[in-house]
Parts: sequence; structure tokens; C-alpha cells
Amino acid sequence: MTKKRTPVAPDHYTQAFEQFVSNGAAQAPAWLRDTRASAIQRFADRGFPTTRQEEWRFTDVKPILRHGFVMASANDGRVTANDVRVHSIDPSIPSVVMVNGVFEPSLSEPAEGAGLSVMSLEQAVRESEELVRPHLMQHAQDATNPFVSLNAAFLQDGVFLHVKPQGAGAPIQLLHVFAADEGIPKVAHPRVLILVEAGASATVVEHYVTVGAGTTWTNGVTELVVRENARLDTYRIQDESVDAYHTASTWSWQERDSRLSNLVFGFGGAITRHDIVSELDGEGAESTLNGLSVLSGRQHVDYHTALDHAKPHCSSWEYFNGVFDDRARGVFNGRIKVRPGAQKTDAKQTNNNLLLSPLARADSQPQLEIYADDVKCTHGATLGPIDEAHLFYMQSRGLSREHAKLLLTYGFASEILNGVTLEPLRDHLDRKVRGRLQGEGEL
Amino acid sequence: MLEIRNLHAGVDGVEILNGVNLSVNAGEVHAIMGPNGSGKSTLAQVLAGHPTYEITQGTVSFEGQDLLEMGPDERAIAGLFLAFQYPVEIRGITNGYFLQSAMNSIRKARGQEELDTLDFAELLEEKLKEIGWDDSLIHRAVNEGFSGGEKKRNEILQLAVLEPKLAVLDETDSGLDIDAVRSVAEAVNRFRSDERAFVVVTHYQRILDYLTPDHVHVLSKGQVAKSGGKELALELEAKGYDWLREEAPVG
Repeated sequence: MTKKRTPVAPDHYTQAFEQFVSNGAAQAPAWLRDTRASAIQRFADRGFPTTRQEEWRFTDVKPILRHGFVMASANDGRVTANDVRVHSIDPSIPSVVMVNGVFEPSLSEPAEGAGLSVMSLEQAVRESEELVRPHLMQHAQDATNPFVSLNAAFLQDGVFLHVKPQGAGAPIQLLHVFAADEGIPKVAHPRVLILVEAGASATVVEHYVTVGAGTTWTNGVTELVVRENARLDTYRIQDESVDAYHTASTWSWQERDSRLSNLVFGFGGAITRHDIVSELDGEGAESTLNGLSVLSGRQHVDYHTALDHAKPHCSSWEYFNGVFDDRARGVFNGRIKVRPGAQKTDAKQTNNNLLLSPLARADSQPQLEIYADDVKCTHGATLGPIDEAHLFYMQSRGLSREHAKLLLTYGFASEILNGVTLEPLRDHLDRKVRGRLQGEGEL
Repeated sequence: MLEIRNLHAGVDGVEILNGVNLSVNAGEVHAIMGPNGSGKSTLAQVLAGHPTYEITQGTVSFEGQDLLEMGPDERAIAGLFLAFQYPVEIRGITNGYFLQSAMNSIRKARGQEELDTLDFAELLEEKLKEIGWDDSLIHRAVNEGFSGGEKKRNEILQLAVLEPKLAVLDETDSGLDIDAVRSVAEAVNRFRSDERAFVVVTHYQRILDYLTPDHVHVLSKGQVAKSGGKELALELEAKGYDWLREEAPVG
């Protein structure tokens, strides 16, 4: 028998905030303290979202509210170099490690590249206020997502990655390790700020994992700033435990002629809600947003994405594939917004969902808001089981039905995997996907 | 090799094959012709085991085995191959990877050693050289974005690699220009042998100019209405199909 728990009131977190403020967080500069205070106020005013709100119609966060989460502290030695080795994508990609949202220098490797610097956000706030302040919490908005407010309220540390003008960084991995605590539900609010200055380029992998057993809730916010003519390739892998709760927002802001590629992979989490908002705010900017989820059991993922075309001559390509087995469920909401005057916008959105079980479910909602007349916007969505015609074709070549299903599912996932240009990462993800699919035979 | 007796099959209670009889021996090439709706493609699909069709009467034996009792994959393993009229597009899997998986699946089922990627690449190269085609289709996703001609060529390439005992070509020539028809037919000719048989389902006579059949059958209303030698195809070309309706079905 499971105990019925009453949902925890938002008060639980406003009280935790009082404690947080009195526990040394008061050392932060006044502007940051003010931002936190107004964030917790906005959170207290609105509380947690409910399924009565349009933006949260398909994702019920009540299971998260049944736990009285306690803020996870920095690494107490439980996360070791060996954990980092085990979870690292590849030794060729240096790891910068966050434990429970707090930068862990003793486990981190130095970044490589001309003009690339990586430091704790806490240090950056102290030493590089002129770089951080114009962007930190300036892009991520909390209008429809109180979890963003909650993250801002508890903002103390995280990681700041900076590429100087015309600089270039070698690929780097931001490894977010959640050290779970058996018996005590823990929450962490990781925060990432990536600032790629004019003409610079960088490749960054955000990788979320869990170490140990226990109830965990990651509530992250990532802000990406890609300045004029700069290029940023980001990958985000959510590979936490299948029991983890994960709420996150990624907000990007692009200047003129910049290129952003953001590829998102979801494997872990009991409930995952990820808002991804890309603002194309300079002529000629291009944004690619691709995603792949491979879920089973009772896992739930909800991607709410928005491509906001604010200026003319920008292009965006969005392609999300989801594989859902057992009772897993996927939600995709794709908004394309073309602001007045953003002529010659070229936006393409695709969402495909493969349902491997009759109890799996997917909901796909495109939303086009177009306020300019000379634009090209297309969207398409599919959902359903594996096509019988495809199965027959493959069987007629000698493959068993099970093997054909496996191969077709792998091919479906490969559409997104093939977009990963960072070779060691593609190998890592390929192994991951094969591992998740290979229950019924070998590939 | 293939013995079809009094085969009746249909979809949703509508009978399309209405008592087909056909014997194919090793080394022979049979052409199946007939007007639209005569059941030609249904016969090809039924032989490959398409799940849509319901078999209501009759028997099909292939190499002494009851074909109708076998799943589509088992038929492939037994040595039957269908070149599809409309090959499906499969995203995300390269042609090479697909072919290797298919070949190894068949080899494994037959108790033969599976080929690793290197050995398979070598075999593929050999086959391509034999047909005189380049490897441009190999690294692309299976049939994805292929032209009509490329799709048909890809079917023939699969045939070449999988080396079936019996190959059924379902309107492989439809929609191809004359050069493409010749190229496909020449590739098929290369794989003719005393041990291998072909059933060539076609709407047009012209592919038979290059693929000289031993027997020609005309299907009408789900039955073999007339059988003959290669001269029957020429007669059909000259006279069309209408005159057949006057004649009684053979059987």
C-alpha cells in the first residue's frame, strides 16, 4: 500500500528560501539578492502549475509535490572521480563537474581552447559581473513556468562558460551529477550561462546523471547567448535515473548571423518537463533544435518548445522524434512565432512519435503565431505504431518480425542521432539507444 | 520448385485470385501478364506472404514445403524473393546496413556463418561490379528520396546479394524509361541459372525483349486464362487483352 501524501504547499519552498538566505547566500551582491527576492515572491504569488493551465494541460506535477524536497548541498565527498569517469561521455572530452548544481573544481578538468573560460557562476558573479549581469536571468522568463522563478530564487552557483570574441573552444562536457540521498528527497537548481561572443565558436554537452538511490528533483535553467556571427553547438542529455523528477528550461538568444544548434536527448526521468525557447533576434540568424526521447515503463516527457523569430531573414529547423514503449508518454508542443516585420522567415517543424505499445501515448501540438506575410512556415506531426508495410518489406528480406521492429525503431532514432557531429558523443548516444532498445534481440 | 494449385485469395471477403494454377521449375523464367485488376500483383504479394490477403482455397508448395504455412521471413530464408512494385522508404537505416542485416539473418537461420562488415562490404562490391552499378545507393537510407528507377534498381541489387532460388519481380519495369528497363533486365539476366527461377509479373511486353521468358501466362479475372511460349507476349502486344475475354480459362 502506498501512503497518500498531501501535496506540499508552495510555503514549503518559501520557508526554505528564508533558510537559504540566512545560510550564507546573503553574501551575494545586492542585485542578485534583489533578483532572488522578487523571484520567490513571483513563485509565492502563483504557486505550482496545475493541469487546468493550458501550458500544463498534459503534465501533472502533483507527484513532485507529494515530496517535501530538501535542498541538496554541495559535494560531501560521495561523488568521486570514479563516478565522473563512469558517467563521462568520452575521455577525449574534458568534463566540468557540477554536483547538485554546485561547481566542483576538484573533479573538473580544465577547458581547452583559445579564449574559452569555464568557471563557477558564484565566482563569475564576483569577478566578472560586467559579463554575467547583462545576461544572467535576463533571457529565461517565468511567465508560464514558475519553476524558472524557483530556480532563480535559489540561485547561488552553477557554471559560466565564456568564449571571448573570435575565440574557439574545444568540445567540453558539463556533467551535472545529482548525488541522491536515500530517505531524504533532494532538489537541486542547476544554472548554466553560456556566452559566446562575436565571431567565436564553441561545442558544449550538458549531461545530467544520478549517482546513488533516492528521490531527486532537478530544476535547471540554462541560458545561451550567441552573439553576432558566433556559433554554438550544444547537446543536452537527460540520463538521470528513471525515478528522477526533472524540470528544466533552456533559453537561447541569438544575434545577427549567429548559428545555434541544440540537440536534446531524453532517456531518464519519471516526469520530465523541458521548456526550450529560442529567440532569433538578429537578421540572418539560424537555429536548429532537434530532439530524441526513448522512454519506457511509466516515464513521461513534455517538451514545450518555441522558436521566436523576432527579425527578418532568420531560419529555424526543428525535428523531434519520440519512441515510447510500455505506458510511457510523450508530449510535444511546438510554437513558431513570427513577429511583425520578421519577413523572409523560414521555419520548419517536425514531430514524429513511435508508439511501441498499445498503452503508450503521445500528444503533439504545433502552434503557429505568424504576424508577417512573406514567410515560409511548415509543420508536420505523426504518431502511431510501426508501419505494417515497413515490417512486411523487411520480413520479406529474411528478418524476423521482432528484428525488423528493432531495426525500424533504431532507424527512427538514428534520424536524430545522425545529426550529432561530435563523433565520440554520437558513439556514446548510439550505444545508449541500442542498449535501451535491445530488450528483444540484437541490433 | 513452385507448385500453385487452385489458389483462391482475397481481401475483406472480395475474391481476387479465383483458382490460379502454375508450375515453375528450376532454371525457368515465367512471365505473368494481364490487364489491370487481373490479380497479377496480388499473386506476387500472396507468394511473399503479405498479411492483408486471405487465402480461402488451394495450395502452394515451394521446394516441397507448404509455402502458405510460412511467415514472410521464413519464405525469404527458404529462398523466395519478391522485388516490390512499390518498395517502401525506410528512414534512418542505410541500404548497406539493411542488406547486411537481412543477409546475416538468412545465413544465421540456415546455419551459415554471419558476415562481418568487412566481408560483407567485399561481397557487395563484387556484386555491384558484376551488375556494373556504382555504390551510390549503398550509403543512403533505404529507398529514401530514391527516384522510381533507383528504387527498382535497389530491389535488383537486393536480389543479387540475397541470391534467392525463386525471384518474383512485381512490375519491376513499370514507370521506367527504356534504358532503365534494359539495365534492370540485363542485371536479372546475369543472375539467371539452372538452379534459379524467375516469375516476372509485368503489364508491358517490352521487358520481355531483354528477358526472354520460357513461358508466358495471361492472368484474367484471377485465373490463368492462357499459357504459351514467348510468342504469346508478342501476340498480346499486337492484339491487347480484349480478345482473351472471349476464350475460356485453361486450368
